Amino acid sequence: MTDFERRLLNEFQRDLPLTPRPFAAIAEKLDCEESTVIETLERLTADGTVSRVGAVFKPGGVGESTLAAMAVPPERLEEIAELINGFDEVNHNYEREHRLNLWFVLCAPDRARIDKAIAEIEARTGLTVLDLPMIEDYHLDLGFPIQWD
Amino acid sequence: MGLTDKDRRLITAIGKGLPLVPEPYAEIGRQIGMTGDEVIRSLERMLDAGLIKRLGIVVRHHELGYRSNAMVVWNIPDNEVAEVGRRVSAFGFVTLCYQRPRRLPDWPYNLFCMVHGRERVRVLEQVEHLAEACGLEGVERDVLFSARRFKQRGATYCLKSTESAA
Repeated sequence: MTDFERRLLNEFQRDLPLTPRPFAAIAEKLDCEESTVIETLERLTADGTVSRVGAVFKPGGVGESTLAAMAVPPERLEEIAELINGFDEVNHNYEREHRLNLWFVLCAPDRARIDKAIAEIEARTGLTVLDLPMIEDYHLDLGFPIQWD
Repeated sequence: MGLTDKDRRLITAIGKGLPLVPEPYAEIGRQIGMTGDEVIRSLERMLDAGLIKRLGIVVRHHELGYRSNAMVVWNIPDNEVAEVGRRVSAFGFVTLCYQRPRRLPDWPYNLFCMVHGRERVRVLEQVEHLAEACGLEGVERDVLFSARRFKQRGATYCLKSTESAA
């Protein structure tokens, strides 16, 4: 990771300029060319370091979401994880070290759509889905302070 | 805030990120019948209203060397959970902090926070530090480390396909 990449990632996790050419505005602050900013973001997106340049929405602010958990027999974990990935509503899906070993997030325009997806997952797997919708969000997301070492 | 049809189209269009082109707002606008100015004004309104928490580069912790990610869950008395949630959120290594319902008897925890670290042992130290600093040593808790990541992307709220879900 170059110093330039580190500055780009540390300083622009929020307040992306709302001007017609935001990458040119970033380039000015970092003393480089607009094309360098764009090419670097393309490369970091391609290698997976950057998920996207865009908005982090407040959960429950637009549409509905929930965190779901399942206790999956280990030998079925990959098969069921793949089945769950196949749902458009699912944006995160992780194995965790716990009896409840599969955790995923569902987002949809309305709660009915989430209920439908959960019911379908339960029907297709024969397993129970624990539905844990957010009640309150306490975290002000200012981006992640990366400690380089 | 009340969302207009245009706001909704924009939310759907930027679900997977802005295009990496010199004029990304104008380019998104072209895809959904808005001008670049309208896109900027809509994003400003959603930021002001708190619907968008932040607009910028979204990094993946794992790829940056933060290989250890733990969901730390606590069983906090309901009348204290807001205060504890705010205190826990103030730590830089905490990247999310939500209250969620308990599901007894399977699941007794109502406060969820995410802690990222370069190593597992460091994450456990941070959790210990968090418990001490917030007076939570005696509180029932669990630490769920992530193992495999099967999917990670921005939320697509699938706003266009609402009708088909009815």
